Amino acid sequence: MRIAPFWPLAAATFVIGVAATFYFNEYYFVAGYLVLQGLIMATAWNILGGFTGYVNFGSAGFFAMGAYTSVVLYTAINPPLFVVIPAAAVVCGLLGLGAGYLTLRLRGVYFAIATLAMAIVLETLMVNWEYVGGAIGAFIITEDVPFFASYNAYLFVLMLALAIGSVALARYLNFSRIGRGLAAIRDDEVAAECAGVPTLRLKLISTTVMGAMMGVAGALYPYFVTFVEPVSAFSLIVAVNAIAMPMIGGTSTWVGPVIGALLLGSVQEWTKVNISSELNLLIVGVLLVGFVALAPQGIVGLAQKFAAWTREQREKRRGDDSATA
Amino acid sequence: MFSIDLLSNALVAGLLLGGFYAAVALGLSIVFGQLDIVNIAHPAFVILGSYVVYMTNTALGWDPVLAGVLFTPLFFALGVAVYRIYYAGFERTGRESLAGLAFFFGIMFILEVVIILIYGVDYRLVEAAYIGQTLRIGIIDLPYRMLVPFITAMAMTGGIAFYLSRTFTGRAILAVSQDRLALELMGANPIRIKSLAFGIGLATAAVAGALLIIIGPVEPSFGRLYIGRVFAIVILGGMGSIKGTLLAALLIGVSESFVQTFVGPSWADAVAFSVLLLTLVVRPQGLYGRL
Repeated sequence: MRIAPFWPLAAATFVIGVAATFYFNEYYFVAGYLVLQGLIMATAWNILGGFTGYVNFGSAGFFAMGAYTSVVLYTAINPPLFVVIPAAAVVCGLLGLGAGYLTLRLRGVYFAIATLAMAIVLETLMVNWEYVGGAIGAFIITEDVPFFASYNAYLFVLMLALAIGSVALARYLNFSRIGRGLAAIRDDEVAAECAGVPTLRLKLISTTVMGAMMGVAGALYPYFVTFVEPVSAFSLIVAVNAIAMPMIGGTSTWVGPVIGALLLGSVQEWTKVNISSELNLLIVGVLLVGFVALAPQGIVGLAQKFAAWTREQREKRRGDDSATA
Repeated sequence: MFSIDLLSNALVAGLLLGGFYAAVALGLSIVFGQLDIVNIAHPAFVILGSYVVYMTNTALGWDPVLAGVLFTPLFFALGVAVYRIYYAGFERTGRESLAGLAFFFGIMFILEVVIILIYGVDYRLVEAAYIGQTLRIGIIDLPYRMLVPFITAMAMTGGIAFYLSRTFTGRAILAVSQDRLALELMGANPIRIKSLAFGIGLATAAVAGALLIIIGPVEPSFGRLYIGRVFAIVILGGMGSIKGTLLAALLIGVSESFVQTFVGPSWADAVAFSVLLLTLVVRPQGLYGRL
């Protein structure tokens, strides 16, 4: 049986990532962690946005609910991380299912508006909930872990594993029967329904997976920053990045968000340090609008177009050669 | 604690607030309700309106309402420009659902960041003689900082309703959402009509922004709180019906005021979302529905 090059590549990435924690200094893991966080968010957004064609503006809400699940568990019993992560996935998966169930039977735009407003209401809830610190915020105290150089290195490796898992899941959804059903919904929902595609069930699967994945991305956030308060957890930049990364990379396949996240994430970390963090936000916004308007298929689409163009040129040249001969 | 005094004041405060909400939602009611363009950046344009009014108020001492009205032509032109880009990039190619939404989301974000870059994240406020004064009729308090926006909003809503129902171009705007082909056969250019309508929609944002900053201090990310609110109002109002929009705005204003008085101020922001969700689940065509 032939193994897709994806798996050895994923394994190699993970091994290199783990090895790197022993050679580079702390800054790279902090930056790398943030890039990976963006990558998971982008991959999750794209399952609904790119594969199914429904826009989620409330990514920050799902992310923050993942983070707050961690805070609640930490305050209550402080369980190990391998309990926290699945718990966040379940909470946010259910949140996605609920939001989808209430609004996905209507036109897609209502879902988009509902998710946007939902993020704001969830923020209000967290501000009013004393148990998780309310508006003041909550502290998380982390303990040292064996084997790893530092706690951040440990979180980076965890995040790397989660990111690879997320991409693998998105890749599976992309190629599976479910993925074909989702693509059918994106292209023409009525036609898909008529052809016997269970549209509502597939849409609900895809919102649930999206929510769960975003929850996972947020679950480690309290441990990473060690202090959570509503304004930074529900930050708009999380939602903007989740949309901008797939849009810039290309939304139609699982590869797009990965490329977009690695590129945009790295650019952001670079500008934050070398220019300013406000300008960094402006760059993200301008890139998003620019790509959406001028290159709707993203970088993947541009690359495909370029490949087609060079092939055409080559064929034309061959045609010229044979004509002159 | 549950006195007539408190109750009537909460009701009046809610009506005043609701009137102001109508001004904020009015532009979206035209753009989203009539043209079917999901301009989620509308509240961000309202904030932009607040800041240009703030600028002229501090630098030149202009009255905020007057400044808001004077800026409408500029916002109208901005609206026409935004619509032209939207049309060329998205509507013509049939990509409005995913890419168009992302486009407006990006615009909203850019507006917010640009305002932060220029003015920072501090709260800004305007000065006028009537701000801080209160009119008292019996047991009812009518603060001018709420009364002036209410009256201005009512005047603007009335004017727009009149324009849409009585003039040729106004009716053409209503027609473009109903039957584009028929409108073309009547000799009107749908793209021109839509640019006009989008321009008017954004022009109301300049006035709404002025009203917003009269009511209270404004900071750049303020617009986000209004997204749920304005969409709740427009959808509850029945997508583009001006009467419905006004009624829905008053309804949400009063509910928020009651929640604020009897439950707690920090819960008021959740009201609009609950109304929105309830509307979508129970009656997606709104109060004055056309579906």
